[in-house]
Amino acid sequence: MTAHTPTAQDLRGSASDRLRQLAPPRRFYPVLATAALFVGMLGAGGIRYEGFTSPQVILNLLVDNAFLIVLAVGMTCVILTGGIDLSVGSVVALSTMLAASTLRAGWPAALVVVAVLLTGSVLGLLMGLVIHYFEIQPFIVTLAGMFLARGLCYLISIESIPIKDPTFTSFAMGTIELPGGYFITPAVVVALVVLAIAAWGLHMTRFGRTIYAVGGSEQSALLMGLAVARTKVGVYVISGFCSSLAGLLFSVYMLSGYSLHAVGMELDAIAAVVIGGTLLAGGSGLVLGSALGVLVLGTIQTFISFDGNLSSWWTKITIGVLLLVFVVIQRLFTRRQA
Amino acid sequence: MRSAIRHPLFWPVLALGVLLLVNLVATPSFFSIRVQDGHLYGSLIDILRNGAPTLLIALGMTLVIATRGIDLSVGAIVAISGAVSCTYLAGAPDESSAGRAITAMSLAVGVCLLLGLWNGFLVAVLGIQPIIATLVLMTAGRGLAMLITDGQIITVNNSLFERVGAGFFLGLPVAILIALAIVLVTAVLTRRTALGMLIEAVGVNPEASRLAGVRSRTITWTVYVFIAFCSAVAGLMIASNTSAADANNAGLFIELDAILAVVIGGTSLAGGRFSLTGTFIGAMFIQTLATTIPTIGIPSETNYLFKAVVVILVCLLQSPKARAVLRVRRPAPLLTRGSQA
Repeated sequence: MTAHTPTAQDLRGSASDRLRQLAPPRRFYPVLATAALFVGMLGAGGIRYEGFTSPQVILNLLVDNAFLIVLAVGMTCVILTGGIDLSVGSVVALSTMLAASTLRAGWPAALVVVAVLLTGSVLGLLMGLVIHYFEIQPFIVTLAGMFLARGLCYLISIESIPIKDPTFTSFAMGTIELPGGYFITPAVVVALVVLAIAAWGLHMTRFGRTIYAVGGSEQSALLMGLAVARTKVGVYVISGFCSSLAGLLFSVYMLSGYSLHAVGMELDAIAAVVIGGTLLAGGSGLVLGSALGVLVLGTIQTFISFDGNLSSWWTKITIGVLLLVFVVIQRLFTRRQA
Repeated sequence: MRSAIRHPLFWPVLALGVLLLVNLVATPSFFSIRVQDGHLYGSLIDILRNGAPTLLIALGMTLVIATRGIDLSVGAIVAISGAVSCTYLAGAPDESSAGRAITAMSLAVGVCLLLGLWNGFLVAVLGIQPIIATLVLMTAGRGLAMLITDGQIITVNNSLFERVGAGFFLGLPVAILIALAIVLVTAVLTRRTALGMLIEAVGVNPEASRLAGVRSRTITWTVYVFIAFCSAVAGLMIASNTSAADANNAGLFIELDAILAVVIGGTSLAGGRFSLTGTFIGAMFIQTLATTIPTIGIPSETNYLFKAVVVILVCLLQSPKARAVLRVRRPAPLLTRGSQA
């Protein structure tokens, strides 16, 4: 490195440089694109349908998708290391099943919550250990995890089990009043807390920075002496924890446990993460983007429920198209960097 | 004996054999095949017939995986194939004519080939990771199928169409004959010509094989079109077997079964080599497992649990790390064997 001395070139470019300094850093671009998409969709909805942009409608996006935000947070951590977790949907179903059946068996609510969270985390831990120590692709290990969790659901019961526990039902019915007569549910608060913790953890802690480093290049991270093993296993524990927490929120949302709950939800979570601007190759992305991705998915659903003429299958098609657009943009983006 | 154990197909064949043995012990009538109206009936025939769609898709998946890719959209393509053919058939003035059935099936296969071209375009031309490129169609595909059938389960009544999935020819189910014919043609094409080696070359290193003069982009593209073709035919079988197109449930999770069959058959997910015989055994293993579980008195829903155990066991057997830990002697990969010689 040589000392930098200002030249005429620099001075001439200073105006645009100053502009560039005002512009947000490059890593925020994908999230800004998602945010723009979200605002654009809300705007389009507001023009087309009356009452679309009422604050309660927007708050309902959070209310109806709180569990998906939690799920997407865990998935983001995994994808940031370059992995993938296909088991999350099944773990959500297993958690609702575990919660419903243990509550029916008379366990106290607090113990149920602990047991469910522990089960999800242990499942994640096991998958992480197999992925890291036996060097098997995350895709196939979490696929096995997906089968395992679904199979365990059926082992507990084939029928749907209703949840009647007073603690759970009061949590489900509970609302938090906001000024102006609007409300959110406690689940939203849980989701936002998880989001905040994840954002803080990813950017402020050594563990979080290691996640980005491992995703950028595992080999380099290893040579730098970072705790690669702990990080790679750790993200699957986080994802397992988040899935079981999302499962608890989902069981409160549905007030039942059922082995067919959340079929294909892992795809929604992955779609939200991709639309949120996280690179599937790992190493780049923000957890806030994933939350915005969830809101975009929620907005598509709101669109369809506001428009009486559109059928529910348009949700899937639109999500597919959005996925495509973002994946192609990502591809062009990474190709230019390379 | 040692060379038998070292054979790559030793473990899959052993697993299938053990499974058949369990059946023999649990239900002695398992192997009995009776002739009725000139058709063969029995558990084994059922396994062959019901396993035909999985076998076909696993065949396509083998080639895709050999190029180091993966195709998650096959289940969606199955649904679309059924939806297109049944919707076209049901909309006909003369629903039961043979010509109409042939047009319907050709139309379905044509649409699915276009979808395969699309997947191949994303992977081979745009260079998007296969798992993500096909995730797009996996997500959107069922929506498209619902769009075609207008969200209804379309039932049809056409004798020729029904024969594809449920009919018999020379006493054997037509579905398995079609599947075996396609497997055979593929085996000849890949093992009697250089095509198989070129596919493996692309799987080992697409860039290096391109520099060596292999048209790696065309080959990658072709395997995605081929798996779409396989899925289309499988979709026709499934729709024909029930005489209905169910956009929501046709071929649900079939991509996972196909991947499982390929992995059980000894084809490495890392690409670069493949075994069609292994895939055949893998597909039959999965179908036999699905048949065995209810017959020995375990609820069929726990199928998933067994599949999970099988996936983990097979992967551990394939993983060099696990083998080092367990000290299981398995054939060395081709490269090291070559260097020893």
